[in-house]
Amino acid sequence: MVGGFRWAAMFPDEVWEHVFSFLPADADRNAAALVCRAWYRIERRSRWRVFVGNCYAVEPAAAVRRFPEVRAAAIKGKPHFADFNLVPSDWGGGAEAWVEAMAEGWPHLEELRLKRMVVSDDCLELIARCFKNFKVLSLVSCEGFSTAGLAAIAANCRNLRELDLHENEVEDNCLHWMSHFPESFASLVTLNIACLEGEVNVSVLERLIGRCPNLKTLRLNHSVPLERLVGLLHRVPQLVDLGTGKFAAQHHPELFSKLESAIAGCKNLKSLSGFWEAGPTYLPAIYSVCEGLTSLNLSYATLQGPELIKLISRCKNLQRLWVMDLIEDDGLIAVAASCKLLQELRVFPSDPYGAAQPISLTEHGLVAISAGCPMLHSVLYFCRQMTNAALLTVAKNCPNFTCFRLCIMEPHTPDYITRQPLDAGFSAIVESCKHLRRLSLSGLLTDLVFKSIGASANCLEMLSVAFAGDGDAGLHYILSGCKNLRKLEIRDCPFGDKPLLDNAAKLETMRSLWMSSCSVTLGACRQLARKMPLLNVEVINERKRGLPLELQPDNCPVEKLYIYRTVAGPRSDTPSCVWILR
Amino acid sequence: MTPPLEHDYLGLPESPGEVSGNLKDTELRLGLPGSESPERFDGGGAGLTLGLPKNFVSGAKRGFSDAIDGPDAWVLPGVKGSEEERGKGGEKANGKLLGPPSVGKDDGGAAKVAPSPKAQVVGWPPIRSYRKNTMAANPSKNKDDAKGKQGLECLYVKVSMDGAPYLRKVDLKTYSNYKELSLALEKMFTCFTIGQCGSYGMTGREILTEGRVMDLLQGSEYVLTYEDKDGDWMLVGDVPWEMFTDSCRRLRIMKGSDAIGIAPRAMEKSKSRN
Repeated sequence: MVGGFRWAAMFPDEVWEHVFSFLPADADRNAAALVCRAWYRIERRSRWRVFVGNCYAVEPAAAVRRFPEVRAAAIKGKPHFADFNLVPSDWGGGAEAWVEAMAEGWPHLEELRLKRMVVSDDCLELIARCFKNFKVLSLVSCEGFSTAGLAAIAANCRNLRELDLHENEVEDNCLHWMSHFPESFASLVTLNIACLEGEVNVSVLERLIGRCPNLKTLRLNHSVPLERLVGLLHRVPQLVDLGTGKFAAQHHPELFSKLESAIAGCKNLKSLSGFWEAGPTYLPAIYSVCEGLTSLNLSYATLQGPELIKLISRCKNLQRLWVMDLIEDDGLIAVAASCKLLQELRVFPSDPYGAAQPISLTEHGLVAISAGCPMLHSVLYFCRQMTNAALLTVAKNCPNFTCFRLCIMEPHTPDYITRQPLDAGFSAIVESCKHLRRLSLSGLLTDLVFKSIGASANCLEMLSVAFAGDGDAGLHYILSGCKNLRKLEIRDCPFGDKPLLDNAAKLETMRSLWMSSCSVTLGACRQLARKMPLLNVEVINERKRGLPLELQPDNCPVEKLYIYRTVAGPRSDTPSCVWILR
Repeated sequence: MTPPLEHDYLGLPESPGEVSGNLKDTELRLGLPGSESPERFDGGGAGLTLGLPKNFVSGAKRGFSDAIDGPDAWVLPGVKGSEEERGKGGEKANGKLLGPPSVGKDDGGAAKVAPSPKAQVVGWPPIRSYRKNTMAANPSKNKDDAKGKQGLECLYVKVSMDGAPYLRKVDLKTYSNYKELSLALEKMFTCFTIGQCGSYGMTGREILTEGRVMDLLQGSEYVLTYEDKDGDWMLVGDVPWEMFTDSCRRLRIMKGSDAIGIAPRAMEKSKSRN
């Protein structure tokens, strides 16, 4: 910038605002805000959407002050490994502080999306009371609230368009919460109640959706019986996304044909999910809409391979498929032959603890999909065996992967043919897939794989590592490479203090680092905390025996470590098992 | 069959002396925050009292801990050093690995390489709790229907506590006796008691009201009850552990005063079963 020249004076503020509105990413807006004070001022006043990837990275009040015109906010709380019970249940992630600050400073808030946070009924009541134009509530993997809180939302949010409850733990203490939607309420576009465990009053639901002409997404919970699905579908033929309730009933030809025609009547259906307890009996009732489907989630249906093949081979336009490993290799080969537009595949284990008979889902299924589906870019695959050769083939077939998550269920499993570690296979993946943003490793792995990842995975943003590596070098390769790494989560690996301390500065460029059951000592954490004031170094020790943490020696092993960058300083809501080192 | 004796199957440590050093640290006591004895390691103040005052007299009104191990307060099972050092300890306090050894199933017939025993590791394979709960609740109609409830090896039951703002779920299969269960529950619900609330960051609306606080201070205890297969509410601890896990559908930590009358039914019920 030439001395004295003021960019901002070139145009009125409104013009700059309009220009900024074309910036696609928050990172771009952040960059614009750094150019000069005037741009900072203009940008902050015109930002209406914020994403807070870690609720403790900034004080709620500070965020609200900086961006006063926000209409849509998304906030994430607990670390990802909380999904697998590795984070103590009282760790934190409470939404209250944020909701209170937002109620105070963003009265015009319209959209709120929370993930992995503890949301109380009080929070929901506050939302219902304070945001007059509230339109979208999305809660994903949250807990702490009940249907009483939902009743408050239903009763007060006159303009609600989306109520999206995805995989939350919701207590059922208000059976008639849906009756709290007023008779005049007709604005719903999305209603996802699949995670609710209690009974749903289907008649109330019928009346509700009957008066919402814009309803596009309806995901029911397993309590809604198949017979009632017919009546519901008749009221919403414009549906695009359907999550069925219980998809099983006694065989009844009349019910079958009613269901078949009700579903056929939904000419815009693109996405199907639910299928709780689905059996072969009623599955053919959906055949008529298969050709139009782009998304199919059968991951809670324990259908067998042959039924799955019959269904999925009709879905020629499928882009996303979530299914159980009961589909087996044969089923995946059929998918590869039929679903040429497939972009995302997730295969979940029907029997993760290995008690039942073996399932024939192996590396062959994955290779078949990689060969048959040229548009595939996202994979989550649970299996029990893998080879380097298979991974090399997959890497060659699919250089466009953005997300590759392979979970070989037994830790330390090598290539079952050569008995070698799977370093070569995963290295091939990262070397071939130049746009890879997310990677989860498994199987027997040495430090070599980390060398490849550190060197090649230039777009990688999130890496999950378990039961891998030989020593410190592994972690050092990652932290000294992977220039776009944002989230790193590690469990049960022999990584210690040295790579952490040597790469302390890297941690400030990332959102967070989780390490549990590794070889990190308290002394290193103390050093790290002293050296890096913009990091919160949280040591989680649930055993609680012996001396309090302040008095433990430096060589005391750390069970769980969660480090994240923050401008808010240490948080004040830590439970007794969490210490924030200074 | 006579009604089972309370203490026979609870597996108290062989030599209580060897773990006494740890007991003091984790013994639960009732009191105002900051009034704990100096040995007690805990930053957070008063813990949840599911134990009983020392002068409690056994009778119709039975406390949970009395059912577990007599008039002593809850104790921490002896720390199992080797499992913890192995570094697979998860969320559970004693880091115990549980579950039957998993059958290595390589379709290629390869031998297992992993040297560690095939016990169930916490949080592995990485499957979301929601998915595990849902699969456990809706058992599959797999090829192998004869096996009955599918081998997901987890048994989630809801746990509610009177006065707590929300309920939790526990997987009964991860515990092998009542002591482990009681310890886990204590950890889980401690955050709802007086001393912890401040550090937990909850507002006044969520913590127990002053009336409740006074109740606690006056020594009314909580008892752990469960709803069994028949829909009856029973006191936890009456039956052998395996029988309990088979029949328990949900748990509730209720005020002792509400639990009067449960005990006699439990005894009669088990008598009538025999």
